[in-house]
Amino acid sequence: MSTFDFPPSITSRPTYGTLEPRAGKFHLMIADAEGAEAILRLAEADPSLMGKSHIMYIPGETGDRFTAKLEALAPKQLYVGPSYTAAVPRLRRILQDAHMGLQVYLTGTEGLMGQAMLEATTAGIPHTAIQTEHRGSVARRMQCVHCKGITENVITDPFKCSHCGLNLFVRDHYSRRLAAFQAVCIDAEDPGNVPPSVELYT
Amino acid sequence: MTIQFNDETFRGDYTFRNSQWAIDRFPFPFHEDSYMYSVNMEQHQGGPKGSVYEKRFDVDEHYVSEMKDRAIVLAEDPLRCQSLPHMTLAGWDLLELIMVSKSEDYPDLFELHRDGNDWHWINKPMGIDQRFTFMDETTLPYGPMEYITRQTQGDFAVLDQRDDNLWMDAGMVTTQADWSLDFDIGMNFFEWHAPVPKAHEMGIFVRALKFLLNVQQGSPARRLNWTMTVNPLLDTSPENYHKWGVQKTTLTPENVGEKQFLRVELQTFFRLPRSNALVFPIRCYLIALEDVVTVPKWGRRLHRVLRDIPVELATYKGFIDNRPLIVDYLSKFDDGLPTSDGIWPEKDTEPPLQA
Amino acid sequence: MSAGTTKLAVTVTEVTPVNELVTRFRFERTDGGLLPTFSGGAHTVVEMKDGDITRLNPYSLMSDPMDQSAYTISVRRDDEGRGGSLFMHQKVKPGDQMVISYPVNLFALDLRAKKHLMIAGGIGITPFLAQIKQLAATNGRFELHYACRNPALGSYVDELTAAHPNNVHVYFDDQKQAIDLENLLDGQPLGTHIYVCGPKGMIDWVCAKARDLGWPREAIHYEEFLAPQSGKPFEVKLAVSNKVITVGEHQSLLEAIEAAGVDAPYLCRGGACGQCETAVIGYDGKFLHHDHWLEDDEKASGKKIMPCVSRFEGKTLVLDR
Repeated sequence: MSTFDFPPSITSRPTYGTLEPRAGKFHLMIADAEGAEAILRLAEADPSLMGKSHIMYIPGETGDRFTAKLEALAPKQLYVGPSYTAAVPRLRRILQDAHMGLQVYLTGTEGLMGQAMLEATTAGIPHTAIQTEHRGSVARRMQCVHCKGITENVITDPFKCSHCGLNLFVRDHYSRRLAAFQAVCIDAEDPGNVPPSVELYT
Repeated sequence: MTIQFNDETFRGDYTFRNSQWAIDRFPFPFHEDSYMYSVNMEQHQGGPKGSVYEKRFDVDEHYVSEMKDRAIVLAEDPLRCQSLPHMTLAGWDLLELIMVSKSEDYPDLFELHRDGNDWHWINKPMGIDQRFTFMDETTLPYGPMEYITRQTQGDFAVLDQRDDNLWMDAGMVTTQADWSLDFDIGMNFFEWHAPVPKAHEMGIFVRALKFLLNVQQGSPARRLNWTMTVNPLLDTSPENYHKWGVQKTTLTPENVGEKQFLRVELQTFFRLPRSNALVFPIRCYLIALEDVVTVPKWGRRLHRVLRDIPVELATYKGFIDNRPLIVDYLSKFDDGLPTSDGIWPEKDTEPPLQA
Repeated sequence: MSAGTTKLAVTVTEVTPVNELVTRFRFERTDGGLLPTFSGGAHTVVEMKDGDITRLNPYSLMSDPMDQSAYTISVRRDDEGRGGSLFMHQKVKPGDQMVISYPVNLFALDLRAKKHLMIAGGIGITPFLAQIKQLAATNGRFELHYACRNPALGSYVDELTAAHPNNVHVYFDDQKQAIDLENLLDGQPLGTHIYVCGPKGMIDWVCAKARDLGWPREAIHYEEFLAPQSGKPFEVKLAVSNKVITVGEHQSLLEAIEAAGVDAPYLCRGGACGQCETAVIGYDGKFLHHDHWLEDDEKASGKKIMPCVSRFEGKTLVLDR
């Protein structure tokens, strides 16, 4: 099963819902990996949506498990890309020409949803108007508050910053502008005393 | 009276000191012998002569040295000062508010001469003489918010007001109680306060936001907040926590009086006219415990407050590990006598410490 | 504390008829000093001393927000109203001294907008006059669509079209011209914000159409000041101050509370801002809620009232004030 119930947390931590069809003349759906399942469900809820939808899909580790099913939805446009980073120029180009009324649907990992939301809000869509549904991995995109470097796909706490090497603990404090959670040095007051890493949510 | 500015440091050798004048006017934050969050807002329309409340932007003996410390922080990390693109107008509002206030409140230190948009600003303590065109960013060495807050004590959060919320969309933050502007910029009022324990459940932030959304032009407000800091370190930032965190472990029974500081924030709130933004100056005052206890009422009270404060708050404020050491030290200045209500020192009426 | 608004003592320096229904008033500080700057969309509350009656009416500031020498407002005469606009038109003369509030903005521009799309109906043009001056000075991108009854009643049409020929579009009802709203909203660039000020019907029409086209709530801004309506007199008990007052036919509940010497908070006096929300302790009768602030379930609960615009009919009403 690709869904996960996040425990209640502080108010800066994003929460996710279930994608629902909305009114509008153009719909942009961005998904990675198991996020495809949420799109399939959305299309089932309102088949008429697909004729006015552009789907951007990054399969990642799910490979070609979902691509044929997405093709079968016959969306107005379907893009299947190798990575989010590779898809960004295309996404920006789409947003550049988009008009008010565009509906944005994000689904998949927190890192994908956070980064795509940043692009959409920068283009002028309020973050509260963007729908999200979490699917798949619970790994996080973390910013080291000390060196500012981003470490992708963090799945353990504490972890080592991939840029400066400090031992960092994982906070739920989240910045939409960075599309990242905050990571802070765990042994600042007692250098070298680093507890063993455990997997998130275990 | 012209202020004698100290030449002192807030890092390295830590030569920061409060004069007797600064101790007597210190904004002691506890009005009773216990502490819990409250909205505790009041109008910011002056206060007792000589107090930190008297002027709109208080200038004291630490001014010049604090500005030097800010310049060091910004040279090391320019991200401590940021302004999202739509906040430039609010930056001009802030520049005007501070220049007008300081030149009116401290005419011997600051002068502002205006002829239409041709402005001439003189800051004598910092040796600045600047002519510029108001509302033209190209005529100042920095953006308007950065320019004026490099010359004004305290951190500044500039909040955009929209959708019934306040958004931290610009700021100058170098003397903070362990929060990161670079991380929090763009967040709304509830989001940037998210890490504060207990207060959300108490409804504190809902009430505070409601109050702040209705702060109007001409009616600024203020409140006090506080925390504890080892050494007179202004820059207790998360960015540098891996460098300063270890200083918290250097306290001993012998040095706690001089090394442990009570850190008080005078927070004020002004509606900015042209942008409808709200500026939230957070002015930091530091005092060593050994100076606090020279005021008998404050010594008694600080002991009782820190001894009884809930664990969550002591943890959040970062002194849970040092609390036994601090409380033990302060207990020597608490003879159990009752204290009078209010924050003022009452040196004339409060009895001296009983042996 | 009355809503935290500071007062300004001003002198009326010009009274200028704009057309048959609208008159413009210019205020300068009585002490000769500078007025505070403000942000486009702000209003001021004007105190009118009309014999024994004091009225406090909000009017949008229409002058250049950067101009500190004077404020101007435009008042549309309402012959059916409670008399505030008639007082302004008939009694206020150059040289009169008046008291107005500091500017308060409940209709501010979202300065992040990539484009500001303004839709005005009739006297609803006034906040846009100040906003356009603000945007013109800061190179903001805007477009105004302004509907009025006919050319003779089109306040400031000539000034606007002369200053901004490419950004201002005027529609006259008597020439069967109407805003083609669907086409206007369709195709606006991402990051456009809509601002509407005018009659309630226009506001509802624009908001509903924008919603249907998938516009986000945060990108739709409107301001509608309701004038308090007249009605049957009624009696109210103020529990905190222990007073019984009577609200007159042409008086609002808020005005009656103030007339009894009881300090009550307010900002907009038009049912929009929520400042004057008052708890109901007990009642036997029917509420006439006219505000935009309370939710429908709150209105039905009988526990809250907005005394600036809402009234009561019945035997007893006890308020927590």
